[in-house]
Amino acid sequence: MFRTLIALCLSIVASTAWAEIDIKQVTSANGINAWVVEEPSIPFIAIEIRFRGGASLDRSGKRGAVNLMTGLIEEGSGAMTAQEFQTAREALAARFSFQATDDTITISTRFLTENSDAALALLRQAIIDPTFDQDALDRVRAQVLSSIASDAKDPNSIASAAFDAAAFGGHPYGTSMDGTVESVNALTRDDMRDAHADALARDRLYVAVVGDITAEAVGPMLDALLGDLPAVGVPMPTDVDFGLAGGVTVIDYDTPQAVALFGHNGMTRDDPDFFAAYIMNQVLGAGGFESRLMTEVREKRGLTYGISTFLVPKFHAEMILGTVASANATIAQAIDVTRAEWARMADDGMTADELAAAKTYLTGEYPLRFDGNSDIAQIMVGMQMIDLPPAYVTNRNAYIEAVTLDDVNRVAAALLQPDDLHFVVVGQPTDLEATK
Amino acid sequence: MTRLFAALALITAGLAAQAEEATTFTLDNGMEVVVIEDHRAPVVVHMVWYKIGSADEPVGASGVAHFLEHLLFKQTDVLEAGEFSAIVSANGGSDNAFTSYDYTAYFQRIAADRLELMMQMESNRMNNLAITADDIETERNVILEERNQRTENNPGALAREQFQAALYQNHRYGVPIIGWKHEMEQLELEDTKAFYDLYYSPNNAVLVVAGDVQPDAVKALAETYYGVIPAEAQLPERIRPQEPPQRAERRVTYVDPRVSQPYLIRSYLAPERDPGAQSEAAALVYLADLLGGSSFTSALGQALQFDRQIALYTNASYDGSSLDTDMFSVAVAPADGVTLSQAEAAMDEVINAFMEADIDPARMDSIRTQLRASEVYAKDDVQQLARRYGAALTQSLTVQDVQAWPDVLQSVTEADIKAVAAKVFNRDQSVTGWVVSSQEEAR
Repeated sequence: MFRTLIALCLSIVASTAWAEIDIKQVTSANGINAWVVEEPSIPFIAIEIRFRGGASLDRSGKRGAVNLMTGLIEEGSGAMTAQEFQTAREALAARFSFQATDDTITISTRFLTENSDAALALLRQAIIDPTFDQDALDRVRAQVLSSIASDAKDPNSIASAAFDAAAFGGHPYGTSMDGTVESVNALTRDDMRDAHADALARDRLYVAVVGDITAEAVGPMLDALLGDLPAVGVPMPTDVDFGLAGGVTVIDYDTPQAVALFGHNGMTRDDPDFFAAYIMNQVLGAGGFESRLMTEVREKRGLTYGISTFLVPKFHAEMILGTVASANATIAQAIDVTRAEWARMADDGMTADELAAAKTYLTGEYPLRFDGNSDIAQIMVGMQMIDLPPAYVTNRNAYIEAVTLDDVNRVAAALLQPDDLHFVVVGQPTDLEATK
Repeated sequence: MTRLFAALALITAGLAAQAEEATTFTLDNGMEVVVIEDHRAPVVVHMVWYKIGSADEPVGASGVAHFLEHLLFKQTDVLEAGEFSAIVSANGGSDNAFTSYDYTAYFQRIAADRLELMMQMESNRMNNLAITADDIETERNVILEERNQRTENNPGALAREQFQAALYQNHRYGVPIIGWKHEMEQLELEDTKAFYDLYYSPNNAVLVVAGDVQPDAVKALAETYYGVIPAEAQLPERIRPQEPPQRAERRVTYVDPRVSQPYLIRSYLAPERDPGAQSEAAALVYLADLLGGSSFTSALGQALQFDRQIALYTNASYDGSSLDTDMFSVAVAPADGVTLSQAEAAMDEVINAFMEADIDPARMDSIRTQLRASEVYAKDDVQQLARRYGAALTQSLTVQDVQAWPDVLQSVTEADIKAVAAKVFNRDQSVTGWVVSSQEEAR
């Protein structure tokens, strides 16, 4: 009975149709492009705004400026102090978040249809006309310094900092976007204005709008919201090679469970083999309970609560990375098993059954991502940033289906290099030799 | 500003608190069912919640509820170990589970036309788990590594464990959900089986199905798969040891060199949402927001982060979702050069001043507006709605309580807040915890 029903479901999975979302492309009178999905059933609107470049645009000697500037956008603008601004925002029940990453500044917003004009006016004021008051600067600076101090004692942050520094050296990817105690302490209001002008410009802008609004209304809305930003920002950072050779780095830290961050050079997002690599990674370490690493390290041996791997195609470098944590006495064994699985996938590839299971999962899971206004807006803005067309949403599963066993195993052999794997381990691991 | 106030008036008029489309019924064997419809995408969330959590564990076996949650992914009479998740995955879905003090829940998120398969498998593992001593050995190591990751490697989590053990003198909320390490190491097959046999039963479970489904169809499937499982006749009444009258405040200092930022947190015992009696809990939601909800507009944030600039961070928090007595917490992380004693004194001044002064009506309006709006935003996340019902029904609330909650929140008055605050701010029922990197910092 069980088997029958399972077989039935597997046989229909490939043909399952799903309600396609209707993406409309809009260009405003002033030339701002956006993707729009009209979803009038709930009376609110989600706007996702991204600026390419992000914290990697910090000027020389000003590390942490873009991050601090982004934190200050909601801390006073126009004629309003931070407290007045937040009081007004709360009264509208609008939600704004401003976040810097290595490659982007992200502005995520949700606001009610009823008061959308007032919410947009407030958001515009914050984006276009932040005041960077000295009070606010000092207050948020203290928060950033506390976060820097906290990272210095957090095993995962210690591992990331060491890995990034060794892999990328003086490129912005080699240091934390928070900056250092020294660089952050030296930042001034002028630095904030510079970072704002450098990073928030229309030549690097991507927008998606989902919710209770018509596509016709989006253009004028965006011109009012973003039209007064400068047309051009500073040049993008240069690309950088992954510079970390295979080996093991051990950083002594007194904590019961050692954490390991590992990886090597990866693959660009526009590589024709990207989908093969994506499926390979799914089977190797990204597939939750179903992945080979989870099976071998957790399910069979009980060495960890979780292990996972990621393809990380950033804008200026690409990696395949993984993380695992295990007690100091067992981390060496967890690393051995991980290396062995890396080599097994590279040498022998995967089976036809594994490929089929990964494809059914990935094609079945994809439509489930589109189930909320903010989720859809985030997906759409992410697609724009990597030059995918709206039709990708419809075609994406076909790209997955088109990958053959030969493709995936050829890519596994080329991408996975067990000798290039570098493990940065933070803790007090037993029986683990550092290389140098 | 005029324009903003005009907009505000519109919201208050326009947004009636409206219940989502929820249908409820009970199967003949006592299993409760909630169906929430959301037809925007062909997706379903299928959850089974058991009215059993870590606070129901036998003495000496802390962590067994969570351990059993892990073991439910092992073999049953028809499923091999790991096959449950493999089948979910092969159908494009994802699955997981979670354990809390008051419940243990299992869920899958998958294409809506796979609901029957999920029910077939989930109903199978309600009664037919076939775990062995070997499973126990490996999986015990996994939960110990989970404790390492969540707690042993995290000074904040270790501190919280100590503070909560001090706050609850008799109730099992004082014991961590994941278990004390020395007891986890001793958990055996018999511990988990005894727990499973008694509590994993339809009359101790709630089914929540949310998404692109029709209630009639869900009912037919639920009767087919869950309805045939016999009720557990021996299921005991859910009686847990309660707190005695607390007569002395407790102070705890947790020292760990891995702490980078010292802070203090004071937790008071506080009433929880109860069936038909949610007003005090609703007032506490306002109290948390007024005292420490936002750095910019709350009493603690304004006084300590803006006016006096002696704190880096302030917060007040209250959840309200709890079967037994809950807690209300306030926290301060002092700015550089400010001691914890000074920060604590300043925090108490703010609390005292709050009790003396009138509450600003504009703040009340703002909180009401935000609570109404959060109901609009909540409709965008059907999984969150499903969790709301599952948690409530395993914590003694009814569907009516869940649906009444937004209106109860809207009807809170300034007087209600002051009354509940006067009751909760009793230092004899509190723990004040300091978290520092060295004894020298504890001053």
